[in-house]
Amino acid sequence: MTEVARRYRISLPTLAAASLVLVTLALALVFFVAPNDADQGFSQRIFYFHVSIAITAYFCFGLGAWKALVHLWKRDPRADLESYVAVHQGVIFGSLVLITGSIWAKISWGHWWLWSEDQLVLFLVLFLFYAAYFMLRYSVDPGPQRANFSAVYALFGVVLIPVSFMAIRLAKQAIHPVVFTLQGPKFGGWILVTYCVAQVAMLVLAYTLYRVELAGKRVDARVRELKEVLA
Amino acid sequence: MTYVRDVGALARKDLLLELRARDTLPAMLLFVVATFVVFHFALPSGSSDLAASGLLWVAIVFTALLGVGRAFVPEREQRVLDGLVLAPCDRSAIWLGKGIATLAFLAAAEVVALPVFALFFHGLNAATVAAVVLADLGICAVGTFLGAMAVATRARDLLLPLLFLPLAIPIVIGGVGASIVASPGRYLGFLVLYDAIFALVCWASFEYVVTE
Repeated sequence: MTEVARRYRISLPTLAAASLVLVTLALALVFFVAPNDADQGFSQRIFYFHVSIAITAYFCFGLGAWKALVHLWKRDPRADLESYVAVHQGVIFGSLVLITGSIWAKISWGHWWLWSEDQLVLFLVLFLFYAAYFMLRYSVDPGPQRANFSAVYALFGVVLIPVSFMAIRLAKQAIHPVVFTLQGPKFGGWILVTYCVAQVAMLVLAYTLYRVELAGKRVDARVRELKEVLA
Repeated sequence: MTYVRDVGALARKDLLLELRARDTLPAMLLFVVATFVVFHFALPSGSSDLAASGLLWVAIVFTALLGVGRAFVPEREQRVLDGLVLAPCDRSAIWLGKGIATLAFLAAAEVVALPVFALFFHGLNAATVAAVVLADLGICAVGTFLGAMAVATRARDLLLPLLFLPLAIPIVIGGVGASIVASPGRYLGFLVLYDAIFALVCWASFEYVVTE
């Protein structure tokens, strides 16, 4: 099955340059422009990365599920690989959410792990779920069956996200006491600008990485195909 | 209705197989009772009833896993699944029939397991029993679906718990919540929601698991 490479409007070097500029700008804003948090001081600045990475991870999982749907619905031969790569990026960004969340929790509250943090717990569940995605994918031979299994499982993921979130919210009421309540940051001025730039930077970075991995995987598949023809 | 007849025939086939071979149910029963004994010794003496309530849910999820893991083994061994897929019936009927049979095994195991739990640990209230019934539906819906996938992979038995446990976390939260709080309405409602959502997703996408 020959996979047709998709034609993109924005070229990969442009994307890479854009993400370099945006990430640098975001770093500059986070460290030099955004004001210190009145309550948590300097350490609160990790918020700009933590939250934007989390939103980016959701986007990746969403993209993975959308491509999975395209695969099942339209039988687009390119969608399977795209879905896999999107989920892969989602897992990378999801792991970063766990790491940055842990660091933030340690500095703010003195514990590396807090069961009272909804987002952290949710990302742990999602991490376990999507880690199993790779186990599933690599224990089936490449082909239509693997594409179907991966697609169906990726779709389960987007169903699991809201359901788990509800469950974790519910669990906090009975099973775990609410120890810390995080007041919503008062958005305004440089805080908002910094957050928005960081968010856009992370999204562009994720998209760039997605395209890089996709390009690599497609070249890989093409080379293998040519080798088979030559052999 | 032919769909209902198909589902009935498939479920009946599994129940008859079990009645003759007695593969799954005795194993589930032994497993769940042995788990309770392990839990008794795992809990330090003087632990609260709340801890035991939590362990009941662990036992249920793992027992279900045992049953679900066996569900598609006969289909694999005799290549029955290929025949079923070729049969002129809706493919989701395969999932539904298998799910009903698995639910019957799980319910039968629990009919023994819940009284044993009450005997070993503490009595169970109506909310817990209701939560167990609702959780069974979700467990069997999702578990059967994933069982069909896992059985077609190389890793097979290794894979099923990895696929199933993250999806079972909401069930455990709902179940434990319902068994320990004074007004379990929200938790039971959540379990109903879980069952409805995942049953729908499984029903709609099972076709892609068995066809290419």
